[in-house]
Amino acid sequence: MTAAPALLVEDLSVAFRTRGGVVQALEHVSFAVQKGETLAIVGESGSGKSVTAYAVMGILDPAGRVTAGRAMLGGLDLLAASADQVAAVRGREIAMIFQNPRTALNPIRTVGKQIADVLLRHANVPRREAPGRAVDLLRAVGITDPARRADAYPFEMSGGMCQRVMIAIALAARPSVLIADEPTTGLDVTTQAVIMDLIGDLARDIGMATIFITHDLALAAQRADRIVVMHAGHVVETAPTAELFARPRHPYTAELIAATPDAAANLSELASIPGALPDLRRSDLPPCRYAERCPRRQTDCDVALPAAPAIPEHVVACWNPLS
Amino acid sequence: MLTLMLKRLAMTIPSLIGVVIVTFLLTRALPGDPAAYFAGPAASPEAIEQIRASLGLDQPLPVQFVHYVIDLAHGDLGSSLTTGQPVAAEIAARLPASAELTLLGLIVSMAIAVPLGILAATRPGSAIDHACRIVTTAGVSLPVFFTGLILVYVFYYLLGWAPAPLGRLGIFDSPPPTITGFYLIDSLLTGDGTTFMASLKQLALPAITLGLFALAPIARMTRASMLAVLSSDFVRTARACGLASYTVVVTYAFRNAMLPVITTLGMVFSFLLGANVLVEKVFAWPGIGSFAVEALIASDFAPVQGFVLTMAVLYVALNLAIDMLYGLIDPRTRMDA
Ligand SMILES: Nc1ncnc2c1ncn2[C@@H]1O[C@H](COP(=O)(O)OP(=O)(O)OP(=O)(O)O)[C@@H](O)[C@H]1O
Ligand code: SF4
Ligand SMILES: [Mg+2]
Repeated sequence: MTAAPALLVEDLSVAFRTRGGVVQALEHVSFAVQKGETLAIVGESGSGKSVTAYAVMGILDPAGRVTAGRAMLGGLDLLAASADQVAAVRGREIAMIFQNPRTALNPIRTVGKQIADVLLRHANVPRREAPGRAVDLLRAVGITDPARRADAYPFEMSGGMCQRVMIAIALAARPSVLIADEPTTGLDVTTQAVIMDLIGDLARDIGMATIFITHDLALAAQRADRIVVMHAGHVVETAPTAELFARPRHPYTAELIAATPDAAANLSELASIPGALPDLRRSDLPPCRYAERCPRRQTDCDVALPAAPAIPEHVVACWNPLS
Repeated sequence: MLTLMLKRLAMTIPSLIGVVIVTFLLTRALPGDPAAYFAGPAASPEAIEQIRASLGLDQPLPVQFVHYVIDLAHGDLGSSLTTGQPVAAEIAARLPASAELTLLGLIVSMAIAVPLGILAATRPGSAIDHACRIVTTAGVSLPVFFTGLILVYVFYYLLGWAPAPLGRLGIFDSPPPTITGFYLIDSLLTGDGTTFMASLKQLALPAITLGLFALAPIARMTRASMLAVLSSDFVRTARACGLASYTVVVTYAFRNAMLPVITTLGMVFSFLLGANVLVEKVFAWPGIGSFAVEALIASDFAPVQGFVLTMAVLYVALNLAIDMLYGLIDPRTRMDA
């Protein structure tokens, strides 16, 4: 791991201003993903996975502010660059696919046109050739009869088909980093596997780095080279997949793995970890946000956590880790 | 698309039948006895009965209704009791005046309200957002005759910019030859610039009055639906794809945001039809609104019936047009028809 990572996120903090107070949604989040690597970000609902992705993409909603950190994509810091600079690499160098593919597509524009919009913007495709290239992309994501499907609207397609279209849109400009935020939630099990295979294959073709966000630890175990575990807006542990499962060091990771009997993992089992995420609007949040749920808590846990840098192999943010 | 249009057209038939029944019953339920009014204050009871018989008003209601429908089928809306003129001809002569005014009012308010709502939604909390909020509240609380009178007072009486509020043209102008009945269009078609300007000047104040009236609901709806669309998943996708902000706002957000606005137009139009009556009074506009008010005061039921019927048919036609427009923009409605 000596080459510069495809995407390096360091010390990212995000706060939302809300009526009920300031939500400290992310604090000191760091991770890196290498070219060709698949990195999974796992964590319970509300742990800040999507917010991390939106912050990197520059599409946080207006109440959210990046209060610290940098996100290096090649030589460009996405968090410090101007809006125009970011818009120019978004979709070209770094792309994102979302959960709920049916609502993520424009309901009154044909899918062919939606793909063509991205091609025209990023891929230097002449206007005349864009529709044809859109059909090629639909074929590449495994849509049968792509020429006819290009003229269809999202409501005329199944969820799985819409997600294929979403993938075609995201990969139209052959980006170097893809963020897939729960790309298979809401799809049936067979389609889930097909979509994950498709993302994996295309990523390999392009040599793209993939950040795969999920709350399904078993799915992450199958698909990812490395795993980032998030809890309440903190990265609590980062390790290569096999290492993480063999030697989890953070008490929360250990609980997650214990609660995930192999492939049978799902959302309800993740939620079976004792306690709940703390309210991120509190001003008296403990330095370790897992402290109130942690069986290993000690008095020396209540000082600021050790820094968890992005690069080393196995990082844990804990004063009293399992060994 | 064509079969869909025919289907929609067929679906208006029940509403039209309903309209015919309701207008008939409504005018029979009006207070005042047309026969007594027509016979004059000095008439004897026998004379009134005679007139009642000659008007067909002594017949039972179902019989009257059948006569009414038969006349209607021949394009006969009866005659005014006060002027003796056939109502159909009168309405045909006055309708273009009202339609020109109402449509121009609608155009004025769309031209202001839609950009205002979009700018307010894309820049929440900015000066234009506050301006939009003020306009939408003020527009709701100002009665239309009040705006009309204020405009006349300021622009005619104080500033002298507008001509006297005395109808479609000044007393020395002559109307253009009737092609569509819309003075603006007819004068353009015949290349008569002087008449065009004269009629535009006359139209300006009443159209602005109506426009201000319709401004609030359209601006509010545009802002609200634009805000909703801007925070929707597919706009987030468009942003994440790095599409130019013009493409995001216009091609992705605006077209979707217009769908609820188009639906509101039907409602706004029905408001305008009501407001029209007052505006026509203030500006001495020779439209069907002022015609109906006079008839109503005189218990002259044939013109009232004709007026209500015309309005209802217009309303049904407009809603049909809105449906079609909606279908053109939204592919989903084209399917499930
Ligand atoms: N627009 C917002 N306003 C206020 N708080 C927000 C907003 N968006 C997210 N948050 C907060 O940020 C935290 C993280 O949310 P996020 O959506 O990233 O969770 P997630 O890990 O993606 O969960 P899920 O698995 O449900 O998608 C949540 O606790 C939420 O309260
Ligand atoms: S720092 Fe302390 S409280 Fe936090 S996870 Fe580690 S042991 Fe538990
Ligand atoms: Mg999420």
